[in-house]
Amino acid sequence: MIKYIIKRLLLLIPVMLGVSLAVFTLLHFSNGDPARASLGQNASEEAVQAERERLGLNDPFFVQYGHYLENIVFHFDLGESYRSHKPVTKEILDAAPATFKLASLAVTLAVVVGVPIGIVSAIHQYSFFDNIMMIFALIGISMPVFWLGLLLIIFFSVQLGWLPSSGFTHFNQMILPSIALGAQSVAVITRMTRSNMLEVIHKDYIRTAEAKGQKHSVIIWKHALGNALIPIITIIGIQFGQLLGGALMTEVIFSIPGIGRLMVDAIKARDIPIVLGGVLFVAVAFACVNLIVDLLYAFVDPRIKSQYT
Amino acid sequence: MNSKISVKALSQNAPNVQPTGVPDESIYNDPHIYDPLTLEHAEEDGNDRRKRRFRRLAEIWRRLRRNKLAMVGLVILAVLILCAIFADYVAPYKANQFDMGALFAKPSRQHIFGCDNFGADIFSRLIYGSRISLRIGFICVGIALVIGVSIGALCGFFGGVVDIVFMRLIDIFQAIPDILLAIAIIAAMGPGLANLMIAVGIAAIPAYARIVRASVLSLREMEFVEAARATGSNPARIIFKHILPNCLAPIIVQATLGFAYAILNAAGMSFIGLGLEPPTPEWGAMLSTARGYIRDYPHMTLFPGLVIVLTIFALNVVGDGLRDALDPRMKR
Repeated sequence: MIKYIIKRLLLLIPVMLGVSLAVFTLLHFSNGDPARASLGQNASEEAVQAERERLGLNDPFFVQYGHYLENIVFHFDLGESYRSHKPVTKEILDAAPATFKLASLAVTLAVVVGVPIGIVSAIHQYSFFDNIMMIFALIGISMPVFWLGLLLIIFFSVQLGWLPSSGFTHFNQMILPSIALGAQSVAVITRMTRSNMLEVIHKDYIRTAEAKGQKHSVIIWKHALGNALIPIITIIGIQFGQLLGGALMTEVIFSIPGIGRLMVDAIKARDIPIVLGGVLFVAVAFACVNLIVDLLYAFVDPRIKSQYT
Repeated sequence: MNSKISVKALSQNAPNVQPTGVPDESIYNDPHIYDPLTLEHAEEDGNDRRKRRFRRLAEIWRRLRRNKLAMVGLVILAVLILCAIFADYVAPYKANQFDMGALFAKPSRQHIFGCDNFGADIFSRLIYGSRISLRIGFICVGIALVIGVSIGALCGFFGGVVDIVFMRLIDIFQAIPDILLAIAIIAAMGPGLANLMIAVGIAAIPAYARIVRASVLSLREMEFVEAARATGSNPARIIFKHILPNCLAPIIVQATLGFAYAILNAAGMSFIGLGLEPPTPEWGAMLSTARGYIRDYPHMTLFPGLVIVLTIFALNVVGDGLRDALDPRMKR
């Protein structure tokens, strides 16, 4: 198991090198002068030249990329922001907790609501409840995060005045963003749970369990769900990755100081070190989530565990 | 689910589409229908072939028609496309016809969806906006389809170094959530419609590449491909003539769902201010403007969002319906 984890982490290194090179290249050849962006419009030409020298922008491309990598690996340093002149690492680490809290709340919501509804829908297939829930799920899947967020603000903040529409320090500030972000995942997980349960429920071993007089709840929760869980976990993992992207919109709508907002602001101001650092950070986080999902498989399914050597 | 399902296959980001579209086994064994040597359908001329193709399409259409939701989706899409084509006749006003007397007008008989902060009719702007969104959908899917299918087919067919190099590249692309990838590309190239379409299109490539690669891998070892090789067909002919037509089903489904995804992503980018700018009647940009007036004029938010949801809903149900109709074995 430990060996497997180490192997996966080592495999991550070339991918991350690739990600960093791809994004570095992309942003390197983008238009706009970072030195000018750093000093502002009124700086003199000499000052801009000096700044270019200081930032190493006059070096050849691969020297710049080498320096960038060297700083990450040996100093855990992603450069400094052109705007605030603070280290990028600090800016990102300051913003990360809000984003992770938001994404985790949304995933929790999706699992807590989506899985039970999916199970009940599968047991009572084509019932009134099932039909209503499936229509809701279809609408939920088609609902863009940014519109749902605005609707929630209109209804709960403006009309009813129950919940605040911005900020992210108190729990009541987290409710609307989590719902906005999690709704689509609720829909996806509900549908996934339902279809996988349906597939399992009609298998022979379930009929056997019923025949020997096993309690209904045990059959559903232990026998059926146990085997339907793997694809559900996969979907949850994929959803978490998507949520990191969706969190960006949610943060903009609800004015949450997270990674997404940091990056959107940075792009508008051409603050390239922040954009670069943000993409790398999210890629690493995304990879870690995928690894955790793969480890969860082993936890749920002993057949898979035996493959992890 | 199969008990021997591999973790790797599951953890790949591919949607719930299995490589299918492999024709029924019996076709190959019946020399009357299919001659494995010439790879032609032995005793039929072009006319017969056309008929057979038509019969298959008719069968798919019959299955699709039974799906009520998919039909609703198709009607919505048809209305949308007609609106986009005939916008000049359907829309009561011009997209940028500003009426200072009607600033923020509530929905009424003159302006059924009300007016925005410039006094422009929201209903008309949405109709003109459908042109932009549909164009974005087509071009993004086009970009992703052409590049993704090429990469997938090459990797699956040739394997070896080609496969390793391209698949590692795809891995790198997939290591970044696609909306973030699109944002990074926009950050480099600057905003604008063309760049927006390229960014969203590129971000969607991995899904196509993976689906096609998986299908090609399973088809490559089939007898009819072997036969084609034995008779000396060149690789391009084998790929285009024998392999790709057989993995069309998952590609079509992915393209339909990808169309929805492209529209959604592009609207999202405009919403956060990295796509099209507000005077353009793009749906996401309209929502972005509406956000500033959310407290006093919620109708500005309501209608553009409603149109987006309707469009995405239609594409999703049509995609689901196509998946079931194209291959009954894929039915969930």
